[in-house]
Amino acid sequence: MRELLGQAWTVARKDLVLEFRTRTALLSAVVFTALVLTVFNFGRDPTAVATIDLAPSILWVTFTFAAMLALNRAFQLELENGALEGLLVSPLSRHSLYLGKLLANLGFVGVVEAVGLPLFVLFFNVPVAPVLLPLIGVIALATVGFVSVGTLFSAMVVRTRFAELMLPVLLLPFLLLPLTYAVQATARLLAGRPLSEVSGWLKLLAAYDLVFVTVALLLFPHTVDE
Amino acid sequence: MLSAEGLRHAYGRVVALDGVSLTLVPGQTLAIFGPNGAGKTTLLKVLAGLIRPQQGWARIAGGRRAIGWIGHESHLYGHLSVRENLLFWAALYGVPTTERGVRATAVLERLGLSDRAGQVVWSLSRGLMQRAALAKALVHDPRVLLLDEPFTGLDLAAAAELRTLLGELRGAGRVLVLATHNVDEGVELATDVAFQRHGRFVQLAPRGARGTADIAAAYRRAVTDA
Repeated sequence: MRELLGQAWTVARKDLVLEFRTRTALLSAVVFTALVLTVFNFGRDPTAVATIDLAPSILWVTFTFAAMLALNRAFQLELENGALEGLLVSPLSRHSLYLGKLLANLGFVGVVEAVGLPLFVLFFNVPVAPVLLPLIGVIALATVGFVSVGTLFSAMVVRTRFAELMLPVLLLPFLLLPLTYAVQATARLLAGRPLSEVSGWLKLLAAYDLVFVTVALLLFPHTVDE
Repeated sequence: MLSAEGLRHAYGRVVALDGVSLTLVPGQTLAIFGPNGAGKTTLLKVLAGLIRPQQGWARIAGGRRAIGWIGHESHLYGHLSVRENLLFWAALYGVPTTERGVRATAVLERLGLSDRAGQVVWSLSRGLMQRAALAKALVHDPRVLLLDEPFTGLDLAAAAELRTLLGELRGAGRVLVLATHNVDEGVELATDVAFQRHGRFVQLAPRGARGTADIAAAYRRAVTDA
């Protein structure tokens, strides 16, 4: 177990160093987040639908599509100079490779969300401060859910043509559940409802994470081996 | 040290390996010569564990940790320096933390890359990249080296230096398997020579006292008669 996690951390650290050194995908995702929030801010009629009703969906649509950029690049960078082949020849276990990619993607998406959340508050003027901790909990659980599935699909499509198109097409149906849970939980938190009303959604998110991290971990070796 | 028996593998109707068997002990170097499409790369990939053969088996004592692999690509990350790449691969191959720096320094020195250690890989020339790829393959001191067209991209001096290095490794009891379509490359190193065509070894024999010209003539006969 120690070796498994050690190798996973080695892969994750390498990915994060590469990303923060090039900043290509990170900057794209952050700019994308800011642009989408801006478009939603100016592209809606505030007198037709209350901001508080619309804001949770906008937040999660933004985070989901920004995360796609991260997930797309997760295995793309392993195609450079055939590094994926080197990884598969090495003693790195397939499970460590998956966990490493998952960790790096979580770090990447976490940074995008950390930038996106203040922008969301700024644009939509929603009362986040009183519910910040539980909201971070919802974001963390939902992010683990969709990044775990996305990391698996990212490996599946990386050697296909039109990988960047294939990923959202395959991934979005699997995100319906965690996104629904996350939107419901966020809506209740922003509406000032008691935490007891949110706990059920949090449990569903946690269950989704548990199931899909396990399933992805088990299926991952079959997606990368020839 | 390295053995394979009855290997068979096909890509659809194209047979890449057809009943290949071999056994190599420490100090042996097998040079596999064959035209393009003969199945040399598939054989090396099977030996490296990258491809599971449809029939037969291949085994290397010490498993993946014992393998040093040079494929058609460098497996190096363009935005990491040469040294950072070596430290990453050393970590994946389980080199103890305290030894990684020492090993990286030694292999960089041996390959004449000390002054390039801090240079990012994408800025290296083709020949230097190939040398860095060799450094990556050697950083964990593998017992078995699988080399697929290792002289590609090297100038005459670098190719001669590589032959010297591989000779030293053979002398140190390493097993080398070298695949190339060019008989002039690697014959001097070989203790054993195989000619491969349509996935079969049409000849596998000790090199004995035969010189490059003899082997080149035998190769031409073997691949045209078979």
